[in-house]
Amino acid sequence: MSSLAESTAVEPSPPVATTPRQRLRTWLTLPAIALVVLLIAVFALATGRYGVPPVEVARLLIGQVLPIEQTWYPQEASAVLDVRMPRVLLALLVGGGLALGGAVLQGVFRNPLVSPEVIGVSAGASFGGVLALVLSLGSAALVGGAFLTGLVALVLVLAIARLASGSPLLMVVLGGVVVSAFFSALVSLLSFVADPYETLPAVTFWLLGSLATASYGKVLVAAVPIGLGVVIALALRWRLNILSLGEEDAAALGVPPRLTRNVLLVAVALIAAGAVAVSGVVGWVGLVVPHICRLIVGSDHRVLLPASLLVGAGYLLLIDTLSRSLTSSELPLGILTAIIGAPFFILLLSRFRKQVGLGD
Amino acid sequence: MIEATAISHRYRADRWIFRDVSLQLEPGEVLAVLGPNARGKTTMIKCLAGLLTPTSGTVRHTGTVGYVPQSHSAAVNYPVLEMVLMGRARHVGVFSTPTRTDRDLAADALGRVGLDHLAERPFTRLSGGERQMVLIARALASGCGTLVLDEPASALDLRNQGRVLAVLDSLASEGMSIVMTTHHPDHALRVAGRTMLVVDPDDIRVGDTTALLTGDTLSELYGLPISTLDVAIGGRDERVVVPDFGVGTTAGAR
Repeated sequence: MSSLAESTAVEPSPPVATTPRQRLRTWLTLPAIALVVLLIAVFALATGRYGVPPVEVARLLIGQVLPIEQTWYPQEASAVLDVRMPRVLLALLVGGGLALGGAVLQGVFRNPLVSPEVIGVSAGASFGGVLALVLSLGSAALVGGAFLTGLVALVLVLAIARLASGSPLLMVVLGGVVVSAFFSALVSLLSFVADPYETLPAVTFWLLGSLATASYGKVLVAAVPIGLGVVIALALRWRLNILSLGEEDAAALGVPPRLTRNVLLVAVALIAAGAVAVSGVVGWVGLVVPHICRLIVGSDHRVLLPASLLVGAGYLLLIDTLSRSLTSSELPLGILTAIIGAPFFILLLSRFRKQVGLGD
Repeated sequence: MIEATAISHRYRADRWIFRDVSLQLEPGEVLAVLGPNARGKTTMIKCLAGLLTPTSGTVRHTGTVGYVPQSHSAAVNYPVLEMVLMGRARHVGVFSTPTRTDRDLAADALGRVGLDHLAERPFTRLSGGERQMVLIARALASGCGTLVLDEPASALDLRNQGRVLAVLDSLASEGMSIVMTTHHPDHALRVAGRTMLVVDPDDIRVGDTTALLTGDTLSELYGLPISTLDVAIGGRDERVVVPDFGVGTTAGAR
């Protein structure tokens, strides 16, 4: 015990806010990130086969709320507001939600390697989505099915955790792995029996993750569960700090560990199910973005959660914009998040070495 | 104040951890809980702290109880004051964050253990003794009238053991009721007026520390020969515990 304490005491200082000035800087970081995300959004709305100058995009957006002179063409307004806007909103929602969900789970499990995919919800939701595709039930069923099976997966995971004795945290992760494997097998089974000419390509493309079919309807469908999950998680952001100290400490401080943890898990499940329902499985965002944010703003979840929300939103929007403009036929999102995310993550690791982790 | 009436606890139906323990702890009293490893000392104090509901019997408190778990290395690093601030959790709404008042109370608590100057230091960069003080301050920040600590001084060097014991002693003199587990009978003899010996589930002895901690009783409790010496330390007459580990004649000891 004492040797453990000593060995951690000599670790290099992690980037936590230590003086009032640094804390001020930490709080100023959020508006700065928000500004960058806004710029990315304008860039994304301007980019596409029908190019619109970014300045016109900005004027057009301002023109929606303020009475300014109309200098843009109706075609430009249509491209920006009708075609690109739903996709941009969806990328912001899904990216922000998944990154915040990842930050929440890393805090709850006190483990830097977990992400929304770990608790089984993504696999569960993808089964529902694929089932709807295979049965050709239409997009409403796809979204609803993904959402329902995502929640079923969470209930199963929590049931497994209750059933088995042993460390509850470990059991949740183990339950997540088992449930993920089970639903992944069901997805493979469905792919195996799917019509290889009609259905299978759609299934494969959907599983790779894509925002190509964005619409205002889908934005609404995603906004309700993701918004709800994000609000719950943000409201509990200080409790999450306490929970991240471990169950015994939380209980000693009067914070019921199980209840708090389960409420947070449900919040993440809402986010993950909503995200998979409208965009398929988009990996990496929930794992990498919280680490990037921890390096920028530190481990305090009161700042880390909003920072992850913003950076995740900007990151996915940037990647989605690249995926639809780099090549003439659009690249699936899941491929790009990994191809860009993995080397970027390794770069971060090598630059900060021991500082990556949970700040210890 | 703690009042435990005939409490018993078991995790499995076939094995009691302890049975039929009654105890009353007044303000300003310090109780040390002594016993070999894995005899349920932690279970006992968790029941006394109200963190665990005993299988039978009742525990009543006046005021809230601050619990200090065994020292750990935090997985997530926070500045010291943030750590102490978390002690205010009971008084902060579920969906709220701490206010300036909470911050001031946390700073006061940190002052009571004499670590104001470390407020902005990352917790994991503290020494073991300082961490223990921060955890005590965290419990104090809740405004508790009773403090329950799990081995507050066991993993520390001698000087830091002294610092922690001095803090506990001064808290007791301010009227705090304190329960602490320890592996050092000497700690009990220095700060605790009363001691609880966890001999076996049906034999839990509570009594005046100096009366209870005799060489014979300690030898029986730990299963090795232990004698005591009455010596003058710093102008006080104190009893010290001297265990006979049964080694010391080999080449290594000479």
